[in-house]
Amino acid sequence: MTARGRQSARLDRRKFFGDPVLVGTIILLTLFLCLFILYPLATLLLDSVLVRQTQLYSVTALLQEEKTYYRADGQVADKDGDAIFALLSSPVEGLEDKLVPLYAKGGLFSRQATLKEAGNPLFLKVVNSRDRTVYLSVDDLLTVQSVPATYRANSRLIKKMDGIEPEDVCIQLNANQWTLDAFPRIFKDYTFNRALRNTLLLGAITGFGSLLIGLLFAYVDVYVHIRSRFAKKLFDVVSMLPVVSPPFVLSLSMILLFGRGGLITRKLLGIYDSDIYGLWGIVIVQTLTFFPVVYLMLKGLLKNIDPSMEEAARDMGASRWKVFMTVTLPLMLPGLGNAFLVTFIESVADFANPMIIGGSFDTLATTIYLRITGGTYDINGASAMAVVLLALTLCLFLIQKYILEAKTAATLTGKASRVRMLIEDRSVRYPLSLFCVLVSIFVVLMYIAVPFGALFKLWGRDYSLSTKWFAQMFREGGWKAFKDSFMLSLIASPVTALLSMIISYLVVKRKFHGKGFIEFVSMLAMAVPGTVLGVGFIRGFAGGVFRTGFLQSIYGTGLILVIVFVVRSLPVGTRSGISALRQIDKSIEESAYDLGAGSGKVFTSVTLPLIKDSFLSGLVTTFVRSITAISAVILLVTPRYLLITCRINEYAEKGEYGVACAYATVLIAITYAAILIMNAVIRRFGTSRTTGETK
Amino acid sequence: MAEKKKKGVRLEHISKIYQDPKTHVDFYAVNDVSLDIAPGSFITLLGPSGCGKTTTLRMIAGFESPDAGEIYLGGEPINALTPNKRDTAMVFQSYALFPHYNVFDNVAYGLKLRKVPKDEIQKRVSDILKLVELGGMEARMTNQLSGGQQQRVALARALVVEPGVLLFDEPLSNLDAKLRVQMRTEIRRIQQILGITAIYVTHDQSEAMSISDQIILMRQGVVAQMGTPTEIYYHPNSEFVADFIGECNFLEGVVEGKKDGFQVNVDGHLVDCATGRDTAAGEKCKVVVRPEAITIADTGLLPCKVELSCFMGSYQNYHVRVGNTLVKIADNCPVNKKVYNVGDSAFISFDRACAHLL
Repeated sequence: MTARGRQSARLDRRKFFGDPVLVGTIILLTLFLCLFILYPLATLLLDSVLVRQTQLYSVTALLQEEKTYYRADGQVADKDGDAIFALLSSPVEGLEDKLVPLYAKGGLFSRQATLKEAGNPLFLKVVNSRDRTVYLSVDDLLTVQSVPATYRANSRLIKKMDGIEPEDVCIQLNANQWTLDAFPRIFKDYTFNRALRNTLLLGAITGFGSLLIGLLFAYVDVYVHIRSRFAKKLFDVVSMLPVVSPPFVLSLSMILLFGRGGLITRKLLGIYDSDIYGLWGIVIVQTLTFFPVVYLMLKGLLKNIDPSMEEAARDMGASRWKVFMTVTLPLMLPGLGNAFLVTFIESVADFANPMIIGGSFDTLATTIYLRITGGTYDINGASAMAVVLLALTLCLFLIQKYILEAKTAATLTGKASRVRMLIEDRSVRYPLSLFCVLVSIFVVLMYIAVPFGALFKLWGRDYSLSTKWFAQMFREGGWKAFKDSFMLSLIASPVTALLSMIISYLVVKRKFHGKGFIEFVSMLAMAVPGTVLGVGFIRGFAGGVFRTGFLQSIYGTGLILVIVFVVRSLPVGTRSGISALRQIDKSIEESAYDLGAGSGKVFTSVTLPLIKDSFLSGLVTTFVRSITAISAVILLVTPRYLLITCRINEYAEKGEYGVACAYATVLIAITYAAILIMNAVIRRFGTSRTTGETK
Repeated sequence: MAEKKKKGVRLEHISKIYQDPKTHVDFYAVNDVSLDIAPGSFITLLGPSGCGKTTTLRMIAGFESPDAGEIYLGGEPINALTPNKRDTAMVFQSYALFPHYNVFDNVAYGLKLRKVPKDEIQKRVSDILKLVELGGMEARMTNQLSGGQQQRVALARALVVEPGVLLFDEPLSNLDAKLRVQMRTEIRRIQQILGITAIYVTHDQSEAMSISDQIILMRQGVVAQMGTPTEIYYHPNSEFVADFIGECNFLEGVVEGKKDGFQVNVDGHLVDCATGRDTAAGEKCKVVVRPEAITIADTGLLPCKVELSCFMGSYQNYHVRVGNTLVKIADNCPVNKKVYNVGDSAFISFDRACAHLL
């Protein structure tokens, strides 16, 4: 059997490389994924183990009349030719003299020397002993090497600039050091430990809470006969709301309704010292945000359970409760675990809610954010924490994706054989549906509170209507925020939608090495909390890729924000694309291929039109996710761009809930409009209209 | 138009190895298959599922790469060409019509890729649609068509690009029985008009016999027998071929003489066979006789006992015992004949030309 792997592999390879569009796409895609997903995460890992120390050295050795150059071995160089090192001494006590290469690769002037040819005036960034940055003209320093006459001019330049002597001027030299100090350090750190404990506790409580409520909703929806059309409509609305809404809307309304000046706590109940900031505040908000996800997941599962199994148990004399405990629940167990982990990950990765309503209850995500933006700029600590957070979510994600999802699929496959007899029993129907309706009304109320928060003159005191918060919003850069958020999201959404369709096409329809890699990495982004990604991007691109300056220019621009949007939405789009493509018969694309279309043509003329629905919904999902995103971009946004979400966070932190609500109201309106437009477009141009049911 | 375009296909020692997904053991899906298909002929790859016929077809189309051997199309080696660069067109089992295009756009797809001028596309598409009897259906969406019509669109789409060879991958298996018969004559008619080379994959032996110039019967990756439908039906080279191509009786015996054919001793009675494999006198052998070639009467060649007698409409179906062998008989047009009942004793006989020795 030696023929295997020889000729066919060779031929397949030749055919594969004979398709430049395909090869090019795969290479570009791989580069994109490596650069913008793997690389930032790798940098984080590196940062947490690599300590970068800066040490000061005097530049006098470079500026002396009688310069002495050295060889690498420390011997004084005789000839001009091998003068490549300078011996620098440091004004700092305890630091030994250091031989610094001048022109060699990685040397003091190596990059400057090449840059000089471009004709830019270049300066060497040095620090004087009073820690002020001084720029030394490199042009002058370089000429010093060959023409001693200009050396004085250089000296004068320094004096003129800051009125300091050359002796005061120091070069900052970096010394990278590998250590594992960061991890033991943060594990001893009280703040970190508390944050870790908080995060796990929060994740667990939110996970269980969402699971319970979600399960109840799903059970009522699938098993119980609900007569009221209003209730059904209500469930639909509730299950759609978290998709549409920005992540922190519930936190805002929680404060409005139950905070110190809350409508319910103060006005209705007369409680003046209510404190919803902290664990329970977040738990309630997160549970209400995430349970609809669980509800939708479990609803799908419950529908797949064959009713005759339960009927068989009932027939043998089991009570309804007994059936649920012994048949339904065990069947759903992997699915429940799956849903729990998904919520857990979401909760752990959530940034906005703990930020707004957390008070002093810090989670990992917020602690990392504060480490970076706060006074103690502890990048090593933040990176190490980000690595811990990433490890946590990644483990859960892997368990969820590769163990529980497979188990869920294994126990509950196929369709129910017949229609389920819905529960008519009033003693079951009334309490269950009443509970669900109450929860739903509560959620809807919380969403309604937000626009009113923007319309009331002063929440808690003066409930007369006014537009002053909207006025203030537009006065303080509101338009720009909307424009920027809108534009950036608008750019990100087609890019993501197209990219995720291409990825799903490659994953489902093509065979090539590295396919698993592409699938895994694009799904990986789902497990990466936004905060971690944000820190990774800062560390990875602030000084260019690997601190070489490459791609440094994108840092601080809108482009990097767009890229973050793309990376954050990619898994969602890819997942829907993959499931859409799996439905499509392989031979449809093969026939196009066979008739003479190349890969690019097959994709644009056949694949893409066939998954148009998925593409369109990807377009809108990305748009909505991008415009409501906060956790990653808040770390990367610069004053050049104002983002709605960051503005809301800003105002909420300042306690100006009126403006925050005004922003949130407009944001909800935008996302809701986007979804309405999408539904209209899909109804008008969707594939279902043209293809109908396929045989 | 097809005269200058039609191409022959040659397979030289083609093998394809797959790995069993469960046991990870390699096995030959196609094992050292060599074929030479003349331009303009209609060839059928026939065999049970898993015999490698579809794999062979997909290797010709370019979707799979052979592990050994070379494929030639019109004399040119095409192993390294991707499917879109090969001068082949395939009709798929599931038709694989583009659901987002109407009939016209589906058929015109290949022509557009070949940058054919617009008015010529218009003409060629409507010509080919007339040929497949779908004239005037250009604007229909494919999901508004019946299964047979979809099949015709798929055929038109493949034909319109005037491929060097037309490939069919079980194109009729999704149609109901009646339509299947109608479509296969249709396919044959069109192939004859255009004179195009066609390679047709099916597991239905009646389809294969009715449609093809040559049948290639495959089994477990190797060619079991190759020949015209008559050759394969009446002169099978193995029990497998004989059995696969239609209902068959095997009478065990010993070769006694080789004068103008073979004389075989079956249960003490001498049976005369016109054809057969090369055997020596005294060798054990089997005589292959088709059920419809056997007649049952009160006198005849071999004595038998009736075990089943069943009226089937066009024929009377008997199962009779000859010695230890069960023999199936399809006695055509039973109206005017004597009908034997279970338990009756009778004789069977058959023409020597219908007896083939294995």
